[in-house]
Amino acid sequence: MIRQSRWVGPILLIAAILAAWEIAVRATNTPRWLLPTPSAVFQTLVEDRDILLPNALVTLYEVALGFGCAVILGVGLGIAVYRSPTLSRVFYPIIIGSQTIPVPALAPLLLVWFGIGLLPKIIVTALVGFFPIVVNTVEGLRATDRDVINLLRSFGASRGTVFRLAEFPSSLPFIFAGARIAVAICVIGAVFGELVGARAGLGYLMTRAMAQFETPRLVAAILLLSLMGTGLFAAVGLVESALLPWRKYTAVRGHMERDGAETES
Amino acid sequence: MPSDRPPRLQLGDIVSTYDEGGRRLTAIDGISLTVGVSEFVALVGPSGSGKSTLLDIVSGLIAPDRGQVWLDGEPTIAAQRLGRSAYMQQRDLLLPWRTTLSNAALGLEVSGVPRRDAEHAAAAELWRFGLEGFGDVYPAQLSGGMRQRAAFLRTILPRKELLLLDEPFGALDALTRSDLQSWLATLWEQERTSVLLVTHDVEEAIFLADRVVVLTSRPGRIASELIVSLPRPRTRAMIASPAFIRDRAALLSALGLLNGPGA
Repeated sequence: MIRQSRWVGPILLIAAILAAWEIAVRATNTPRWLLPTPSAVFQTLVEDRDILLPNALVTLYEVALGFGCAVILGVGLGIAVYRSPTLSRVFYPIIIGSQTIPVPALAPLLLVWFGIGLLPKIIVTALVGFFPIVVNTVEGLRATDRDVINLLRSFGASRGTVFRLAEFPSSLPFIFAGARIAVAICVIGAVFGELVGARAGLGYLMTRAMAQFETPRLVAAILLLSLMGTGLFAAVGLVESALLPWRKYTAVRGHMERDGAETES
Repeated sequence: MPSDRPPRLQLGDIVSTYDEGGRRLTAIDGISLTVGVSEFVALVGPSGSGKSTLLDIVSGLIAPDRGQVWLDGEPTIAAQRLGRSAYMQQRDLLLPWRTTLSNAALGLEVSGVPRRDAEHAAAAELWRFGLEGFGDVYPAQLSGGMRQRAAFLRTILPRKELLLLDEPFGALDALTRSDLQSWLATLWEQERTSVLLVTHDVEEAIFLADRVVVLTSRPGRIASELIVSLPRPRTRAMIASPAFIRDRAALLSALGLLNGPGA
């Protein structure tokens, strides 16, 4: 019942917006190329599925590879920064500072360097997804309870054992919070990479549709991208609850998680 | 305790200082004490008497600025003491991602026992710690008293020869607290491990310990010492006995908490 009522509100709102959109477009006789009706978009989704789906899969593939690289790089560098004071002093400010570079704007440069293929898309995707993961990894590791660390040390635990038994597990909720944000913006990164120049993918399809004033197909592609982002966000959440089953008990008590307020918003 | 064996723990003239806003403050100023084999010693003192610092030093987490610590008659440096005693703090410090069983097994696991064997050992003890049937749940699903007993199991399971208990009942409500004190007294009669207990509860100290050491506040020094006159095994009814009341009056007066003439 509770689950159901959580979804009723958003669904009703979306339905109302779609209905208003449909009525407004029809009432004003707006041409299809300027703003298609939701029904026209839906029709395109069905009729053009043989074009849309393979291209969506290309984008999904880029997102998956880029996100995978972002997780490995982000968690790895986060751990390195946490464990080495030198890296923390030298690298961490640079990582934070690098965020002033609008990463999607690097896409044209990467195109020049690496051509029109898969690689520049994966690099852009990995670069945009990397930041929230590395920051959350470092913050999560730093938030480890000092008393827990001392407890393990008093039992005679080595630094590696403390990391394995306390620091890494207690950082996992933070890492997952970062990964959920990262996976959603990875979709943006991949599309940006495709918009600049590509041979396939939803971004590529959008540039084509734009040039040909096939606005319904453009909107259909946007819709698919939004679905992809939502689905991936939910998928990371599912992986988290599968890997961290204890989280559902601490949600109320909030013992070791200080990230709750940020992640749920 | 047999007099020919060296004491489990011996502290000689321990001095410990700390930094506060650029000033060097003394937390502990020349404390010497011993804990014999199978002896239960309680440290009582107001906050700021350096009780917890003393346990940090004994466990090896920090080194004193001056003084010597002997374990079983051997002089030690801080790093050598890590892993020699079992330290339990006021907060249960159970890991929220581990079940009761694997939390209890943690100390053994750190000592190098494979996780599965450690959990087997913990499972065999659950009933003695009132946790039977709760081995597979997460700490967040346990009551405060059960969490503290799980922390006790984690502390005792590696069978270290010295237990350091830092206000282990401090975070509990009065009823649970009194319950757990009786439970610990019984458990101790079975285990007979050397214990150094830090508390600010005078009655808890008398009820559990063989000897009570009173510390002064800021810096911590030893003010006086009392051999508890209650026989063993201890029972709850003893807290109304004349011996208990006499001991309590003596301790309260040593702490300066009793108006008028002391005991």
